[in-house]
Amino acid sequence: MTDDGLDESADAGQVRYDQARYVENGQYEPLLAEKDLTRVEIGDDDSPLPDDLTRDSLELPDLSEPELARHYTRLSQMIYGIDSGPYPLGSCTMKYNPKFTEDVAALPSAAVHPDRSERSTQGTLELLYRLQDYLGRIGGMDAVTLQPPAGAAGEFVGIRVAAAYHEHNGESHRDEVIVPESAHGTNFATAALGGYDVVSLPSDDEGRVDLEALEAALSENTAALMLTNPNTLGLFERDISEIAEMVHDVGGLLYYDGANLNALLGRARPGDMGFDVMHYNVHKTFATPHGGGGPGAGPVGVVSELAPFLPSPRVREAEGGASEPAYELFDPDHTIGKVHGFQGNWLVLVKTFAYIARLGDAGLADASAKAVLNANYLASQIEYDVPYEPFHHEFVASAGEQDAADVAKRMLDFGVHPPTTKWPEIVPEALMTEPTEVESKATLDRLAAAFNAVADEDDATLEAAPDRTTARRIDQTSAARSPRLSWHALEDD
Amino acid sequence: MLEAVGTETVDDLFDIPAAVEFDDAFGIDSRSERETRRLVRSILGRNDTLTELLGRGHYGYYIPSLVDHLADRSEFLTSYTQYQPEVSQGFLQVLFEYQSLLVELTGLEIANCSMYDAATALGEAATLAERVRETSGHRVLVPDLLLEGRRSTLENYVAGTDLVVEEYPTDAGTVDLEGLEETADDDVVMLYVENPTVRGTIEEGLETIGDLATEHEALYVLGSDPVALSLLQRPADVGADVVVGDASVLGLPTSYGMGLGLFATREDYLRQVPGRLVGASEDATDRRVYTLTLQTREQHIRRERATSNICTNQAWVALRTAIHAASLGPHGMVDLAKRGVVRAEDLAQRLDDLVGVTAPVDDGRHVREFVVYVDQPAAAIASDLEKRGFAVHVVGDHQLQVCVAGVSDAKIDQFVAAFREVAR
Repeated sequence: MTDDGLDESADAGQVRYDQARYVENGQYEPLLAEKDLTRVEIGDDDSPLPDDLTRDSLELPDLSEPELARHYTRLSQMIYGIDSGPYPLGSCTMKYNPKFTEDVAALPSAAVHPDRSERSTQGTLELLYRLQDYLGRIGGMDAVTLQPPAGAAGEFVGIRVAAAYHEHNGESHRDEVIVPESAHGTNFATAALGGYDVVSLPSDDEGRVDLEALEAALSENTAALMLTNPNTLGLFERDISEIAEMVHDVGGLLYYDGANLNALLGRARPGDMGFDVMHYNVHKTFATPHGGGGPGAGPVGVVSELAPFLPSPRVREAEGGASEPAYELFDPDHTIGKVHGFQGNWLVLVKTFAYIARLGDAGLADASAKAVLNANYLASQIEYDVPYEPFHHEFVASAGEQDAADVAKRMLDFGVHPPTTKWPEIVPEALMTEPTEVESKATLDRLAAAFNAVADEDDATLEAAPDRTTARRIDQTSAARSPRLSWHALEDD
Repeated sequence: MLEAVGTETVDDLFDIPAAVEFDDAFGIDSRSERETRRLVRSILGRNDTLTELLGRGHYGYYIPSLVDHLADRSEFLTSYTQYQPEVSQGFLQVLFEYQSLLVELTGLEIANCSMYDAATALGEAATLAERVRETSGHRVLVPDLLLEGRRSTLENYVAGTDLVVEEYPTDAGTVDLEGLEETADDDVVMLYVENPTVRGTIEEGLETIGDLATEHEALYVLGSDPVALSLLQRPADVGADVVVGDASVLGLPTSYGMGLGLFATREDYLRQVPGRLVGASEDATDRRVYTLTLQTREQHIRRERATSNICTNQAWVALRTAIHAASLGPHGMVDLAKRGVVRAEDLAQRLDDLVGVTAPVDDGRHVREFVVYVDQPAAAIASDLEKRGFAVHVVGDHQLQVCVAGVSDAKIDQFVAAFREVAR
């Protein structure tokens, strides 16, 4: 070890990382409520309402603007984001977010109320219309709704559209949705929320849909099969055409989970593979920022047969003369209604539009090419075994004898965000890794060095990690056993 | 890199059967950053610049500069869900403080760290009611005035259950207590009331309604928002079991309906709560830290038995709401709500003084917004107002709705002058 703690025996690409840490009175940045709590009594003489319509008092921190600016600045320094370093969180597609999209979303002309007249919001309607069109082309879908506010909400629209379609055809008896075992947890939860029985589908030895198992699972009760392609192992479902035929033969619909669309941009489209309905995770594929957990948006595309069931309203070009508005809202004929109070996460949609308009055909195809190249290059540089190939934008390595969660904690000490761990379960001690197209070779080398440094370490070191982050290893069990979910709950400490 | 991977070209890395390969083009031009900005500005430039006196679930309060500048720090913007809490303490603490804000406002012990918006939070409340119900009931009662977007979203959320959504009557903008008592029975599992109502009126019978819900063992769900909650009756004091609503009235400017679903409930339902929860814990140095907790409720662990399918949420909006609330402080929050009462009632009086106008239409007290009766067709008045630079809601053949949130006093004066001209 050198003076600064760098282990020179590890790969030269190793990075020493010390996250900011502000400690006051033995605590990391204190809570606002620990800096001040001021109680305001409501029932005083200048209250415009009688006492029986008001609360008695309100107790919150009362701090100056500079105190708040420092509080939130310190907190931001205790967060690792894409702008801090690589973030290869598998299935989450953590791309760099181009800064200019923030500026276009902040345009004053974007700040309109949803109840404004169509005549006075032609700009908003045109942007939505053009985005519907862009997404339709990219996914190979005939009609698109932009309303779902997240990927899981998009899945819910897909499932509700499937239900409405079957009911319209007098086939309400279809009560099963088939989901591969390795699918995103949201697929199972969404199908259940839609009132369906979930039929879990095992993978074959190569990590893909097992056609025999699919044959056995399909029946006249099948409402839909939910698939992502490439799947969560990064493998393309080569039998996709056959799968589509099998699902369609029993009268079911094929749903595409767009979480992994980044791998296919410009190279294959769900619509061409036989999918009937899909969602797009715009915060993944189209680089809108993840914002510490959201907001994202989960537009849904469908084939023309399903278009009448989409949520209301959608946007279309208006008929009529030059004096009429060019774009208008309309309700699809057999709409499922709404899945959001208004039109979804508008500001996210503006950023999505700007990203796609900036990249165009060439940039989008380049994104998938580099995403797949980066994943393959990174996998070739790490010592961990990658059991399933050929993968695309992401790979799932196995930590082998090591505990994947501990590997992740130790990777934090090397200045990188670790992969998704312990999922999908088909790979023991899974390290699900998606570097995305934005990382340079130099960054991928540093990332590989972090993997390899950790691969050589003993369990005791891993279990003691991390020690260069703001917080050291966190006790999850005590958090869940005695939940303290607000500063009010801390008063008893 | 290709050499390390062992292929000649990037194309070789794609394992896509020829039958489904895409060999066409999308036909989307690539542009420079500057050209793209110009394109978006030119498209959005087709929106008319109007002074919006609009509310009905989406409000345009003034957002202090502090909110934009702090929330746009890239660590906040470019991180994701806090699966690695050791490097995410800052965001976790923000969400913990946001939850604490809602706990203070509602008086309920538990608040999650976000749903999508008020409508989806209402839908989640109904599925919560289904999970925690002790009776075999299946009716969800909502006001006949409920916004269509909320009603329809709720219908979709309960479509997979045996719950049915039914209306109870309102009278002059607030709950018709007798009508509600008549329709409520032991088959009701959830009773939903909004305060303020969509017409800006303040409910006076919240405690009585709470007693009615208790009598029928129904979950009492209250719809509100952080500004209104700063002044109006505290939900815990009127017996509310769940509070839902749009928390982004603080934090977001008018955003074409984008929101932040508020969800708070009693500790009894802790393990049935939808969405993410941030809790306090300790790290290896025994310092207090924050972490996502009780994740066994969530889809990535519990799959089809999860309490909700939500994954990506509205965390960054919660950050904005927390900063805005902190910037106002308790005095500012209460004051903002009080001014909503005073300014709405003052504007109603000024409009009521105009010939051919009656305002407010509804009895009782108002906050932020109110309904106006006009002798002439409402659509024509709204259209004439739009030509003079003002947007209002049309809510009936002869009814408009007007909201003062975020509208300056000078603009209100101009609005009254314009109204005088068009109502004549």
